[in-house]
Amino acid sequence: MKDLNPAAVSELTYTADEMMTVAAARALRDGMTCFVGIGLPSAAANLARATHAPGLVLIYESGTIGAKPTELPLSIGDGILAETADAVVSVPEIFNYWLQPGRIDVGFLSAAQIDKFGNINTTVIGGDYENPRVRLPGAGGAPEIAASCREVIVVVRQSSRSFVERVDFVTSVGYGSGPGDRERLGLTGAGPKKIITDLGILEPDPATLEFTLTGLFPGVSAAAAKERTGWDLAVAPDPAIIAGPSPAELAALRNLQRGTVYPPKEQH
Amino acid sequence: MAEIVSLAEAVERAIHDGDAVAMEGFTHLIPFAAGHELIRQRRRDLTLIRMTPDLIYDQLIGAGCARKLIFSWGGNPGVGSLHRFRDAVEHAWPVTLEIEEHSHAGMANRYVAGASGLPFAVLRGYNGTGLESLTGDHESAPTIKPITCPFTGETLTAVAAIRPDVAVIHAQRADLSGNVQLWGIAGVQKEAVLAAQRSVVTVEEIVDHLDPRPGAVVLPSWTVSYVAHVPGGAHPSYALGYSVRDNDYYVAWDGIGRDRDAFRRWLDEHVYAVPAGHP
Repeated sequence: MKDLNPAAVSELTYTADEMMTVAAARALRDGMTCFVGIGLPSAAANLARATHAPGLVLIYESGTIGAKPTELPLSIGDGILAETADAVVSVPEIFNYWLQPGRIDVGFLSAAQIDKFGNINTTVIGGDYENPRVRLPGAGGAPEIAASCREVIVVVRQSSRSFVERVDFVTSVGYGSGPGDRERLGLTGAGPKKIITDLGILEPDPATLEFTLTGLFPGVSAAAAKERTGWDLAVAPDPAIIAGPSPAELAALRNLQRGTVYPPKEQH
Repeated sequence: MAEIVSLAEAVERAIHDGDAVAMEGFTHLIPFAAGHELIRQRRRDLTLIRMTPDLIYDQLIGAGCARKLIFSWGGNPGVGSLHRFRDAVEHAWPVTLEIEEHSHAGMANRYVAGASGLPFAVLRGYNGTGLESLTGDHESAPTIKPITCPFTGETLTAVAAIRPDVAVIHAQRADLSGNVQLWGIAGVQKEAVLAAQRSVVTVEEIVDHLDPRPGAVVLPSWTVSYVAHVPGGAHPSYALGYSVRDNDYYVAWDGIGRDRDAFRRWLDEHVYAVPAGHP
């Protein structure tokens, strides 16, 4: 396939998902080590590698360390990850030797539900645990990624249904119920530093650790972001307007996605 | 010493109704053909153990083979839900499914404890999560408990060992003596086989002698019960060096798994009507 030329990409036409993925990629610095969840986080991490962070080290829970896929994998264990990795280790090893001691700079996660303290639910929604309305996939690697990476970035589409006052089930801990909880629980990493959505960026208030709107994508209002949040979202005094995707970013993202099988949209 | 037998015979002899069965393979080398043979032989009341149930357990659960599932991530990777798993948990269809859930780190360490002949493993994990308070407290003893380090006094987490009756894996190769060799993403297959009482290994290829392969996992013949020659036995998963992951199949499964009638038709056409070892 011939690669897209940045000059052929109009920077005026991009989707909210593309903006979200580009913003998430920008949050990663060159040379970082990144423990990558599948889906939106994987797209963003690979975009960062393809643009400003060629030295970003991608680590997947399948045990592939330093994977360099040229197209987006559908799963965390596609052959292209093993074939391009610096090392392939067993699953006990990736969690015990690599994640647990706090060697990884950033954990990149998504969520089905997230609350104002950045706690993530990927287990059950509605009803109770024994009789849930929706049974989600469960924990996977996320609880220990959220606990042990030096910091965490969450990439998730924003809606009043998924951004809730309290998650129905705490699968992965953000700041628990507020300041002091991570220390009390013995969680070694610093916790979630950013939630990047299809509307903008939320960051924890330094005093309360409650996630606050600090950045908006072009054309999105703070009122719209508040409307798509299930808690009373605090807005920073002067939220930054984040630059839209550059032609180079859009071309790189679309090149990565061209070889990928597109799954159906999930319905809960 | 491993016996080299047909897939049907391996499943017949190694796996019985009510057994705890761990069919492992982390995205790569998933033993799908052996799973289909379990469905064909109509095993019932199995406790299915697997970090990522994936389509293989979606199929076994939907076919009514399972009584209990022990797992850490039950989705269709990159696609969405496992609808047969969800239907069992949300609506008890086709039968009630008891679940015991963990994180990946917890499950991996439970296999390590089993393989090590220890009653439990220790990790930093689960603190503050909902899993900590509920896992395994339904009928047996809880499988996650706090433990104090005898050297530093730090509170850590203990997870109970997994000791399956049977482990089932797929590998690239075995030799005529039943020594098994696998490479690429190796998941927890070595730990699952060494933790289990019995094991079944399906392979892409049986060769006269295994040539040494640095970095490969080798399971000597005396750690394996049965080896069966099943080329393509991991499809729609894959065997590095022999096949690629059939991502289109994983996407197409969403439509089959979502609908009970479509799933029943799939079972009839692709499992019950097919002879053993022809995935």
